[in-house]
Amino acid sequence: MGKFFGSSVTKKFVMAVAGLFIILFLMVHLGINFFLLIDDPVPFNSAAHFMATNIIVKVFEVVLMAGFLIHMIWGVVLQIQNWVARPKRYKRTSSSQTSFFSKYMIYLGIIIAVFLFIHFMNFYFVKLGLVEGDHENFHLMANNLFHLPLYVVIYLVSFLFLAFHLHHAFQSAFQTLGLNHNKYTPVIKGIGLIYSIIVPLGFSIIPIVIYFFK
Amino acid sequence: MKLTLKIWRQKNADAKGKFITYDFDAASPDMSFLEMLDALNTKLIKERTDPVAFDHDCREGICGSCGIYINGHPHGPGKKAITTCHLSMREFKDGDTVYVEPWRAKAFPVVKDLIVDRTAFDKIQIAGGFISTNVGSAPDSHAIPVEKSKADEAFDSAICIGCGACVAACKNASAMLFVSAKISQFALLPQGRIEAKERVQTMVKKMDELGFGNCSNTGACEAECPKEISLVNIARMNREFYWAKIQ
Repeated sequence: MGKFFGSSVTKKFVMAVAGLFIILFLMVHLGINFFLLIDDPVPFNSAAHFMATNIIVKVFEVVLMAGFLIHMIWGVVLQIQNWVARPKRYKRTSSSQTSFFSKYMIYLGIIIAVFLFIHFMNFYFVKLGLVEGDHENFHLMANNLFHLPLYVVIYLVSFLFLAFHLHHAFQSAFQTLGLNHNKYTPVIKGIGLIYSIIVPLGFSIIPIVIYFFK
Repeated sequence: MKLTLKIWRQKNADAKGKFITYDFDAASPDMSFLEMLDALNTKLIKERTDPVAFDHDCREGICGSCGIYINGHPHGPGKKAITTCHLSMREFKDGDTVYVEPWRAKAFPVVKDLIVDRTAFDKIQIAGGFISTNVGSAPDSHAIPVEKSKADEAFDSAICIGCGACVAACKNASAMLFVSAKISQFALLPQGRIEAKERVQTMVKKMDELGFGNCSNTGACEAECPKEISLVNIARMNREFYWAKIQ
């Protein structure tokens, strides 16, 4: 088993599976976040309460947190190996026909991780009781945060970087899993492009609406 | 043509190299890039200085010997799918500054100037890039029916000349395009299927041991490959690897 996880191919496999799980989770998270657009706090708080207490969700929460950690740790390990593999850089470089954002995945990932930490401090750690706050009224907490200009800007910028990260990540995960096909890969790339625009845009609309209209 | 050539000069593997600038006015648009280097070397020899060392052999784009990183591209800028020996000086303009560098990768240490040691590729091949059965002469091989589309795909993988441009182009110095092509050319054929499980594992293991980087699906290797080896090969290698591990 150790050997399985030790190879470059399997490390990438783990990265891809963890990434795809996070991609799935983001859609669920976005669905719940749309309840924030409703003035009545009950639907959002009920959904948050359900996510915090349901036993099946709790199991998935452990998997998700493991996914986040593995994705981040493996990402850093792979990047360090990649830097070591080319100790001397080229003097003159040019861009090839490449997936543009793939070159910046580690930096985009670090920015997203910083945002994730802020997000956890505001919500997840409150839910766990590690940080003080009213974990039964996340609707109010989110509304308060989305009225802080600095927080809204950080939020929007983070999701812009997430969009860039997802643009490469989506199709890359399928390629890593060995799913490359002349007919279907362009479809996967298309879905990836739509996903990387729609999901971050969906997350971004919520603070904009709350800041300006609520 | 008058060119400012900034060429990486390194006396030997242990020496610390540096770029030396040559103002060279004897280049012609009718020359290939290697012929231009030949002309520069003739001039350097006449001046009793050490000529620029670079790899070359067939000069027909099929041996995989030549490989120089020119102005930010393995095998040089301009036309796609060519080796350095097929790079024409027409790709450059009079007065251009041209950066000439060796492949840069931990697994490809510089031997001298623009020559790198690509033994790492041989080691990967030795680890599993072969079939152990004696298939006899060509007519005997043809006795085994192979689907035309599979034969074509295998051929597309087998045309990899092992020049190392994929490693040179990859931001991670990954050798996965080369390794996957060598795995694919056998995995697609019945003769190669017999040892497919062992082959993919031993070749990937050797690739990792030799210090190549990890593939991040950027696609620079595919874009710069002189034989247009496709990323489909890497996906196939991944599938072969997972399948071998779970069996």
